[in-house]
Amino acid sequence: MSKLISEKTKEVFLGPLSKNNPITVQVLGICSALAVTSKLEPALVMGISVTIIVAFSNVIISLIRNTIPNRIRIIVQLVVVAALVTVVSEILKAYAYDVSVQLSVYIGLIITNCILMGRLEAFAMSNKPWESFVDGLGNGFGYAWILVAVAFVRELLGSGSLLGFKVIPQSVYDAGYMNNGLMMMPPMALIIVACIIWIHRARNKDLQEK
Amino acid sequence: MNTNNNGYTIIYATVMVVIVALMLALVSSALKDTQTANVELDKKKQILASLNIDLEGKDAAAIYNEYIVEELVINHKAEILDSTEFCAFKIDFLKELAKAETERELPIYVAKVDGKTKYIMSMKGTGLWGPIWGYVALNEDKNSIYGSYFSHASETPGLGAEIAYKPFQKSLIDKKILGADLTFKSLLVLKPDNKPNSEYEIDGISGGTITSKAVEKMIFNCLGQYKAFYDIKVEGGAK
Repeated sequence: MSKLISEKTKEVFLGPLSKNNPITVQVLGICSALAVTSKLEPALVMGISVTIIVAFSNVIISLIRNTIPNRIRIIVQLVVVAALVTVVSEILKAYAYDVSVQLSVYIGLIITNCILMGRLEAFAMSNKPWESFVDGLGNGFGYAWILVAVAFVRELLGSGSLLGFKVIPQSVYDAGYMNNGLMMMPPMALIIVACIIWIHRARNKDLQEK
Repeated sequence: MNTNNNGYTIIYATVMVVIVALMLALVSSALKDTQTANVELDKKKQILASLNIDLEGKDAAAIYNEYIVEELVINHKAEILDSTEFCAFKIDFLKELAKAETERELPIYVAKVDGKTKYIMSMKGTGLWGPIWGYVALNEDKNSIYGSYFSHASETPGLGAEIAYKPFQKSLIDKKILGADLTFKSLLVLKPDNKPNSEYEIDGISGGTITSKAVEKMIFNCLGQYKAFYDIKVEGGAK
């Protein structure tokens, strides 16, 4: 089973978590990073859903990659993604109704997430199923942790809570502290993502342009 | 095999679409019953939420049967059209709202909480991004509000979406919908800076003004339909 954890596979998994992160380096999937990060819980569920969908659509596309007619390959990829998203959304509606209500339109919008099309086109079309699966997981987690980091800051400073639980004690509010309403606005997500990119680049000199 | 040939491409696309369509149809029909049951259970939970009942970890269907003692369907003159079991529950309120006001069949859920009668009215409206809806439970006097529930399809999280949370919903408690002369008056949802100072005003949501105003309009439109019902005094014999 040495193939399962070969150097290349390891790189495929770890790359997207940092040096090749879909959000902070490739700047993909920014739209949903703005939309679902005002609270931690939807950000978590969104991260998990995207990870599952990108991993499995990678596997499916990788399995049929040699049969796909080149001229309609984007359409084929889109159909696979759309079918998976619909199945996930139907299953959530049947077995996790509360979560599906909470995420409402966001689950459907996974179809338009650029990370999915990007990974299918750039990786799954030219790699074996196992590597593609690992690549999907890596990119999914790379996307999810940025979302969670942004949501953490926004919910903490914007609502004074985490996952819906109050974490800033009432005594702090009594002393004059106020929740920052700007944190709830979409522009703040961009600013926080920009700060993460800034720190990330400062620590990884090789990401900086010469 | 030449995968770039036109014939192959067309056959490939056709087969793919048929397979995917079959698969989705299969998933959809296999999960249909569970989903419908979920939707119905969720509606019961929403109705119970307007009675301030904590449902955490409890069987909502059983609690529903325990609290909701009667269901009524009335018309705009408050004449009772139907009072059989689940008659109100089966009404598609959105379809009724599309009809002319004189033809609507309006659902009322009659609940008993600690021996006191509560009337639960349905509401549906349009928010900033999509539909909003809710239930308001009135006390026996058909005037003061006992509890409320609001929800939405796609209001902005952290802003308009706050109507779905307790702090906003609790702010309606003990407010009144009838004026001093006991005619229908409805509630005003204020801009956050204006502190509500009468029993006809509630605090809006900061950053969610359009949603707040939509709630105000929904309360006015939907509770207004039951005008004739408020005129019937309890002793006079609504029942």
